[in-house]
Amino acid sequence: MFLAIAIPILARLVFPEFVSKQAKMVFDAIDDLPDGSNVLLSYDFDPASQGELLPMAQAFTRHCSIKGHKQYYMALWPLGSPMVDLSIDTIEDEYPDMVYGEDFMKFSYKAGSEAVIRMIMTDLRGMFPLDSKGTQLDQIPMTKNIKNIQDMDLIINVSAGDPGTKQWVQFASTPFGITIVSGCTGVQAPQMYPYIPEQLAGVLGAIKAAAEYEAALAEAYPSIAQNKKAQEAKRRMGPQLIAHILMIVFILVGNWIFFVGRKRGEV
Amino acid sequence: MSSADTPRKSNGLIWAVIFVIGAIMLVWSMSTSRTGQVWVTPEQHAFTNTGETNNYGVAIWKSIDPSTAIDADITWTTYSSVPEVELEDKITSKEATLSWSRTIGLWFAAIFTLFILSFLVGDNPAYKFAEAMVVGTSAGYVLVINIWDVFVPNLLAKLMPATIQAWALPGISPEHVDFWWLYFVPLILIVMLLWQLMPSGGWISRWPIAFFIGITAGYRMIGYVEADLVAQIKAGIVPLWVTGEGGFEFWSSFNACLLTIATLSAMTYFFFSIEHKGIVGKTARLGIWFLMITFGASFGYTVMGRIALLAQRLEFLFGEWLHFIPVS
Repeated sequence: MFLAIAIPILARLVFPEFVSKQAKMVFDAIDDLPDGSNVLLSYDFDPASQGELLPMAQAFTRHCSIKGHKQYYMALWPLGSPMVDLSIDTIEDEYPDMVYGEDFMKFSYKAGSEAVIRMIMTDLRGMFPLDSKGTQLDQIPMTKNIKNIQDMDLIINVSAGDPGTKQWVQFASTPFGITIVSGCTGVQAPQMYPYIPEQLAGVLGAIKAAAEYEAALAEAYPSIAQNKKAQEAKRRMGPQLIAHILMIVFILVGNWIFFVGRKRGEV
Repeated sequence: MSSADTPRKSNGLIWAVIFVIGAIMLVWSMSTSRTGQVWVTPEQHAFTNTGETNNYGVAIWKSIDPSTAIDADITWTTYSSVPEVELEDKITSKEATLSWSRTIGLWFAAIFTLFILSFLVGDNPAYKFAEAMVVGTSAGYVLVINIWDVFVPNLLAKLMPATIQAWALPGISPEHVDFWWLYFVPLILIVMLLWQLMPSGGWISRWPIAFFIGITAGYRMIGYVEADLVAQIKAGIVPLWVTGEGGFEFWSSFNACLLTIATLSAMTYFFFSIEHKGIVGKTARLGIWFLMITFGASFGYTVMGRIALLAQRLEFLFGEWLHFIPVS
């Protein structure tokens, strides 16, 4: 299994991705917004899930940046804050015209999970008196007119567990009707699909959906297609394919040995 | 020698071979490339005091050209890692310098990754050391984050705004917010919670714990009832005969029927007031099939997630550390 993953990485095997209906729903939810819309991105994951979730988080950042959406970053996990910094690094590297405070900004981490969501739905300043740099929200151009999160046109949640997408659905989309899309780990994905389409506008489940979302972005925006950093999930699907084929072979061989053994009376 | 020792010995042999191959690759890579090195380019920043103040009496600073900075200005340098494609050119032109701190950090990251992967051979001191480091570092980081992002701005700054503004957060207002004295309630609860550490009176800490549990249970109950019970029942009641602009839609109708049958049969499995035999038994058995398919999908997704995590660590080892593959 180690070799099945290592060899495709060394050989840089990349396979074409086709955009599924799920990935298209997420893409459309962001792309159909008028340019310059307010988008809240909550990164509720930590470095333990970075390999699975960071590619889709970066893809969300690129999509919002290329559309000129105003991006408000936050994290309900204490170690989510450094993950947000990676996306802000991407904005500063790839979209140097975007200005902190005018096009994107970051709230610092707050403890409280669902209580944080519940509070910012009605009173943003009660929970976040300052941004992550210690500046009052009234002094930041993009937050001075934001009273609460109901002023957002879309919430994007990247989630590795609790608190995460489930809490955003429970305390933001269901009671207040705010549109939410989610990118979540594979473990969580089957629990999130029942929320589509009423409570979630779309879900990217694990690295496969992230690769499809990258493909959708590359199809729509040639500048992203040329950016090798924007193909991280797609690149990670090469080892996935080989490892899955190996597992299927093992399952088939194991079953064949079992049935042959049973036929011979050995089992 | 017991028979159990044989596979352990062969496992050890396999890992010894892998480590020897790895060591050879490392030596080869170090001799042919800049393996395990991080090169950076410096960037100067400078700010000057405008002499003006904002609404809260805090001085306003303006970004200036670093080459024109004088003693009274604030200057600092940031360093950016040099991409591999530009590395040789920037080293030749002496724009890039070797960053020892980042190089040591890179080696620590690589060695700790190998320590964690060493668990595949079996539990060992290297794995335990790496695990303890992760737990300890994370706990320390979370503590610091909570103090500076939660405790100071959301509690101390409400109780003593002028002091906190002068000491730590110049951006906040020095004036009290309305009903600021209410913030004594969480302060008292914190003190009561910490009473657990006192030699006697540990029972005092049970009151804030009971308060937190009550609040959390209440919050969660509302969320679950609204989003997972009522909304999901509503989402589960769908028309079985779906028609669109082009008339009858077969696949939409099929999906609606499948959803209804799967929901009802899976719920029947968890309905224990009637014995599971006859039609109820068959329906419950169908429910088990749907549950198994769901668990299978979850397991498949979990495997995909774990492979993605391993792939990311291997990309790090082969790319940023060993330079076998280009780092994008």
